[in-house]
Amino acid sequence: MELFTNQVLAGIATGAIYACMALAVVMIYQAIDHLNFAQGEMAMFSTFISWQLMQWGVPYWWAFLLTLAFSFAGGIAIERLLFKPLAKAPILTNVAGFIALYGIINSFAGLIWDFTIKQYPTPFGSSPFLGSQLISTHQAGMIGVTVLLLILLFLFFQYTRIGLAMRAAASLPESARLVGINTSWMIALGWGMAAAIGSIAGILIAPVVFLEPNMMLGVLIYGFAAAVLGGLTSPLGAVVGGFLVGIFENLAGTYIPGVGNELKLPIALALIITVLVVKPAGLFGRPIVKRV
Amino acid sequence: MSAVEDVVTEAPAVEAVPKRAMTLGLGTSLVVLVALLIVPLFVKNFIIFQLTMLLIYGLAVLALNILTGGSGQFSLGQSAFYAVGAYTSAILIEYTGMNYALTLPIAGLICFAFGFAFGQPALRLSGVYLALATFALATAMPQILKLGFFEHWTGGVQGLVVTKPDAPFGLPMSQDMWLYYFTLAITIGIYIASVNLLRSRSGRAFMAIRDNEIAASAMGVDVALYKTLAFGVSAGITGVAGGLGAIAVQFVAPDSYTILLAISLFLGMVVGGVGWLPGSFVGAAFIIFVPNIAEGISKGLSGAVFGVLLFLVIFLVPHGARQVAIVAQQLIGKLKK
Repeated sequence: MELFTNQVLAGIATGAIYACMALAVVMIYQAIDHLNFAQGEMAMFSTFISWQLMQWGVPYWWAFLLTLAFSFAGGIAIERLLFKPLAKAPILTNVAGFIALYGIINSFAGLIWDFTIKQYPTPFGSSPFLGSQLISTHQAGMIGVTVLLLILLFLFFQYTRIGLAMRAAASLPESARLVGINTSWMIALGWGMAAAIGSIAGILIAPVVFLEPNMMLGVLIYGFAAAVLGGLTSPLGAVVGGFLVGIFENLAGTYIPGVGNELKLPIALALIITVLVVKPAGLFGRPIVKRV
Repeated sequence: MSAVEDVVTEAPAVEAVPKRAMTLGLGTSLVVLVALLIVPLFVKNFIIFQLTMLLIYGLAVLALNILTGGSGQFSLGQSAFYAVGAYTSAILIEYTGMNYALTLPIAGLICFAFGFAFGQPALRLSGVYLALATFALATAMPQILKLGFFEHWTGGVQGLVVTKPDAPFGLPMSQDMWLYYFTLAITIGIYIASVNLLRSRSGRAFMAIRDNEIAASAMGVDVALYKTLAFGVSAGITGVAGGLGAIAVQFVAPDSYTILLAISLFLGMVVGGVGWLPGSFVGAAFIIFVPNIAEGISKGLSGAVFGVLLFLVIFLVPHGARQVAIVAQQLIGKLKK
């Protein structure tokens, strides 16, 4: 039983990573109805920016804030320049656009900072948290930040005018436009927020997986798995999904023989497919009805 | 979870392509065929090898084109099917000593079954979800191949070495040239079969599903069957291409079949023009030669060059090489007058 509790705890710690990433994925999905395959790369690029700032001697929290601002602006710029013209294009074109973005960002990060693995500092320290061997202060900090982020997002969407406008633009764009909401800018705002949340995820993950241009691929797949499990339309679902996926991954590694680190991605694959087949709307999502 | 359910009219995932616009005219086809037959006689072995790879990737892109351009389903997971085909051929050749030509239909069949099986869960998915599931399949594939469980057969991380076949019947040809003609023959066969498939009853069913799934089912098309069938056919052709690829490269290893390969194939399809079968080979040429040029400028640049070109294609020529071909045709028509 103790083994079980410990593994669940460790799972929640890794789950925080996925929860962060899933939150970013869901943000963009809500705004534009597409999954952003370049999300991980955008987060990776932001993390490199913050690393570079710290290399230049900027203190951690200033670098953090500057990176957030940069990512927010970057996300909006990408939407305005590249994806706004594609808003009415078929899904295929959009997917191609995301993949193009993926290639460009990954390649440029490699060109600027090369492909060697870099250490990344953590503001929380890495000593054991409350005497527990399984969870470090950094992981505890990560869980804390994720939950805080979720609460802030909830407050933003429920209690601010602009949050309400964003929800309106996402659910009924036509009617939102009629009551004077600039839906096009709401989408841009969604991109900016998703990019900023992604950069927080990147900065929190980097001390664990180390900084390099390909650090996000596995995390992104798990982020997708978490988002799908929780339901792509629900931020709360994304976070819960992230923690569940983390726990599931750890328990599978402990109790199913032959499942080790090498099976990480196949597990994520199996999870995504199972959820999509059994409950396509996810745990917290809304089902969608089609008509001709 | 609200009591009110969303009602959505889904836009088609892929733009409709008329059936006649999917192929080349007879005259052009013959010119291209003659060129493909003659060129290897005048170039070096390495270029022949590259042309062979072009045909092989062309087949893989063609397979994706049948799936996406034909039935309107996405796949970012073609590299997984390609890998299964390559490994099937390599294992059969190396462990059972089977003739390389015989391994290809087996690779095709196994991939057909694999694709058909994967098409089952994919049935429930459309658009982005399908892209997501196949994306996960492609990223997971190299790790599955590296598993200790299969290591006895797949050679684990090291992979397998495949011997290159000699020209049969004592023909005076280099190995590369023989393999080129061998690949060309298979490519022509599959190409003609694909064209006929899309013109058949099944092809019309694919296209009906692509253009409007619900309307298609109302007209009596067995949506589930044809969607999985499209997946199976696509995977089968990709498997044959993978087997040929293993023979041509003489080596299979898990890390040759990463998500990057899947992305390249997808890119080839978009560049060649979705739904235009000859464009598959234009796209294949693009994904073989452009990285070489980009790597020549700076290492690691190919991703950026790919990405930028892909955006250019999306914005300037959304129908890819098909659009260029149509414009060229009109220009030639004007010159004749």
